[in-house]
Amino acid sequence: MTFKMKTLVAAAALALAGAAQAQISGNVVKIGVLNDQSGLYADLGGQGSVIAAKMAVEDFKAKEKGLNVEVIFADHQNKPDVGTQIASRWYDTEGVDAIVDVPTSSVALAVNEVARQKNKVFIDSGAATSDLTGSKCSPNTVHWTYDTWMLANGTGKAIVKTGGDTWFFITADYAFGAALERDTTAVIVKNGGKVVGGVKVPLGTQDFSSFLLQAQASKAKIIGLANAGGDTINSIKQASEFGIVKGGQNLAGLLVFLTDVHGIGLDKAQGLILTETFYWDMNDQTRAWTKRFIAQSGGKYPTMVHAGVYAGVLHYLKAVAALKSDEPGIKVVEEMKKLPTDDPLFGKGTIRADGRKIHNAYLFEVKKPSESKGPYDYYKLRATIPADEAFRPLKDDGCSLVK
Amino acid sequence: MNTQALFGQLLIGLINGSFYALLSLGLAVIFGLLNIINFAHGALYMLGAFVAYFLLEKVGLGYWWALVIAPIAVGAVGVVIERLMLSRLYKLDHLYGLLLTFGLALILEGAFSHEFGSAGMPYSIPDSLQGVQNLGFMYLPNYRAWVIVASLVVCFSTWFLIERTKLGVYLRAATENPSLVQSFGVNVPRMITLTYGLGVGLAALAGVFAAPIYQVSPQMGSSLIIVVFAVVVIGGMGSIMGSILTGFGLGIIEGLTKYIYPEASSTVIFVIMAIVLMIRPQGLFGQR
Amino acid sequence: MSAERYERVAFAVMFVAFAAAPFVIYPAFGMQLLCFALFACAFNLLIGFGGLLSFGHAMFFGMGSYLAAQASAVWGFPIEAAILTGAATALVLGVASGFIAIRRQGIYFAMITLALAQMVYFFCLRAPFTGGENGIQGVKRTNLLGLVDLNQPLAMYYFVFAVFILAFLLIHRIIHSPFGQVLKAIRENEPRAISLGYRVERYKLTAFVMSATLAGLAGATKAMVTQNASLTDVYWTMSGEVVLMTLLGGMGTVFGPVVGAVVIISMQLYLAELGAWVTIIQGGIFVFCVLAFRRGIVGEIEAWLRHRKA
Repeated sequence: MTFKMKTLVAAAALALAGAAQAQISGNVVKIGVLNDQSGLYADLGGQGSVIAAKMAVEDFKAKEKGLNVEVIFADHQNKPDVGTQIASRWYDTEGVDAIVDVPTSSVALAVNEVARQKNKVFIDSGAATSDLTGSKCSPNTVHWTYDTWMLANGTGKAIVKTGGDTWFFITADYAFGAALERDTTAVIVKNGGKVVGGVKVPLGTQDFSSFLLQAQASKAKIIGLANAGGDTINSIKQASEFGIVKGGQNLAGLLVFLTDVHGIGLDKAQGLILTETFYWDMNDQTRAWTKRFIAQSGGKYPTMVHAGVYAGVLHYLKAVAALKSDEPGIKVVEEMKKLPTDDPLFGKGTIRADGRKIHNAYLFEVKKPSESKGPYDYYKLRATIPADEAFRPLKDDGCSLVK
Repeated sequence: MNTQALFGQLLIGLINGSFYALLSLGLAVIFGLLNIINFAHGALYMLGAFVAYFLLEKVGLGYWWALVIAPIAVGAVGVVIERLMLSRLYKLDHLYGLLLTFGLALILEGAFSHEFGSAGMPYSIPDSLQGVQNLGFMYLPNYRAWVIVASLVVCFSTWFLIERTKLGVYLRAATENPSLVQSFGVNVPRMITLTYGLGVGLAALAGVFAAPIYQVSPQMGSSLIIVVFAVVVIGGMGSIMGSILTGFGLGIIEGLTKYIYPEASSTVIFVIMAIVLMIRPQGLFGQR
Repeated sequence: MSAERYERVAFAVMFVAFAAAPFVIYPAFGMQLLCFALFACAFNLLIGFGGLLSFGHAMFFGMGSYLAAQASAVWGFPIEAAILTGAATALVLGVASGFIAIRRQGIYFAMITLALAQMVYFFCLRAPFTGGENGIQGVKRTNLLGLVDLNQPLAMYYFVFAVFILAFLLIHRIIHSPFGQVLKAIRENEPRAISLGYRVERYKLTAFVMSATLAGLAGATKAMVTQNASLTDVYWTMSGEVVLMTLLGGMGTVFGPVVGAVVIISMQLYLAELGAWVTIIQGGIFVFCVLAFRRGIVGEIEAWLRHRKA
């Protein structure tokens, strides 16, 4: 073979190899929605996340773009063992390319490792732990929607700036609660406020009257609830019973979702201040999307976790289409970070080097019953925290991906 | 220590104690008379709260109706459970009763979780009981005062029924020596069924009391039930008065712990249980 | 078929089935099955042969899992030492809790173990080393004896298989030893055993500690398989699950727990799409077994074989 021929053959081989890489594994882009379908977080994510994912696939017009996309789901029952089993099996034997949602921090961190080991994609919308983009950050993972740092910072800073400068914490006595309290305290102090007291409450406590009494006695302007789920709901219900808000103090919910407010009822939750990154009634685009969502969800309105799943899947598909390939995971996530994001729910944004999706955060106050005009009309906007301030700065991450 | 704050905490502890007392009373009645550990007690408590919620949401009947209807309705469910399932197990090791009720608890909680998720259903304090009283050392919500009074009445009525009335005598005799009592013409199986229904009804009543202040969710019973078991063990598993007194007493101790060292408030009851078991294994009021 | 022959055949069937399994099912799933089968066998030692129903076995399984994970991920122990650390922790915990629990029997014993397990749960919830809600991640599988790379699924599977078989044979030895005979005698008729001069409390405590240690071994191995440890391992629902596995498989039979574990774990994983139905179905199985199927799967099979012989 002459030199020219060899070069041609080599070039052809390379081109063929290149083309072989730029293909979709198994000819299907398979997305797995892994979350809690039956327990604590079923309302937050659950089937709603599956609906959101399918809506994203529809809106992306996958078929017209020549992409075959499938969405499957499973219940990890909030158990890391079950979560890792399903994730491993999905990635290894069922051709799943990306796993989305995964609330419950322990499961999310476990799936984070599995995705890293198998070089696939993991887009988390439901979990709170900021370790996903911090000490445990991974080039295979994108963390959408929210995290504990954003919650602490958003709620804490905005409240202090609007006059709530003395705080009393009711903290759930475990790692998550402690982290929430710690992060919020740092923000409060930095912005000139003061923490006058606090109490650590065992997780799962039903009765908060004792702690609420202590909060009342402290005369702090703001009572910070560094807890989640049932604990938060009980604290708020009982605070209303003891006339705390009527007595002039305000409650700040550090991790409260639309579904929690729905469960508590406006008469008890009114005046509660909280931070979310999505609300169905923000603008025409979110309202239109919500209308389509509730048609499929049987009337349940979308939470910010659902919105995150939708936006995450949409952006993932954009990246896959741009790369013309759904593997290896690292490359797809890289592409996701390269492309700016744009969707009707979060608007324009980006994904940083550490995997953190950046978007605005909103400080909401729960309406009084008289102010609510329709189903799920619960929030009024108090402040917008711009995207570049809402999340932990890169340099404070402790993430090895950040140089 | 601030005596004002202390009184406040003691009062709160008493209120919590009334829940413990009501629930452990139901358990003690069932165990003391039937020798069954009713693991489904937490789920039936939850059922009572949900019945109250449904009565309000679907039928428009409020709290006061629920207080009467829920215990009867759930008690009826208890009767069905006893007739269909528990009665087959009396001849066997009592552990099977425990396992059966454990399975029932799983079914109930799973079914409700499936239907209703976990964020809970809203339920408000009835208007007549809203508001707070300024006692000087604390603001006491009227509803909580009602709970203490009502629980005390229910507890002591039940105790009186079982320990001091003819019906109670029959019940106690029937469980001690069924064949003899049956030969006197007393319908023993029916007594047993009624007893189980009574215990279950008490749990449901506690559920209605809880609905306005605690989150009405499918999981509300499971977190509570294990503490209640500890209360019953400490009190002495067969003693009805023992459960009542221990329930209130532990509520107060837990309340104090919440003030002095809150982090331990969820484990203090178990620690006490361990100590009691070391010193007096039959419980404070139990007989060997 | 004589009892001995039956046992040998059953053992051979189980051995071959598990040995061939990784070629038929997903190896990681197979490893889960083995770990929980061991957990159930350990539990069965106490209820089936000691007559004591513990409702708190999750504390041994979970603490074994946590300490093994801690040893590997944080202290850098090799896998063998990490597993032994987990089992040793469960042993110590078994002695401490057994001392309190053994004082009572029957239902009281069950309640006490449940409450003790709750205390352990709350401890794990707050103790910094457990990582709380996040659990311990980053457990490493070091090379076995410095030679075999356990990150290969097949190699790890056979390692877990070996652990299971050895523990199973150990349990078998215990059951058929003089100690095991005395234990059975105590279970059948405690007053008579006392009158014969046996220190009944000591035997029960020893059985309790053995059961605890083996449960801890199962937990420690599981931590190496899933490479994490979390609060679900110490939560009381885990205690309930192992009771269910043993009940379904057949309490007091040698192979029952293994069968029960396989059924329950498979159900959990394969029905994961049905969500809350898993809990409902588990409850249903409990109710059904207690009412109509008390001997469990293996128990029914054994009864049928005995009937045939007659």
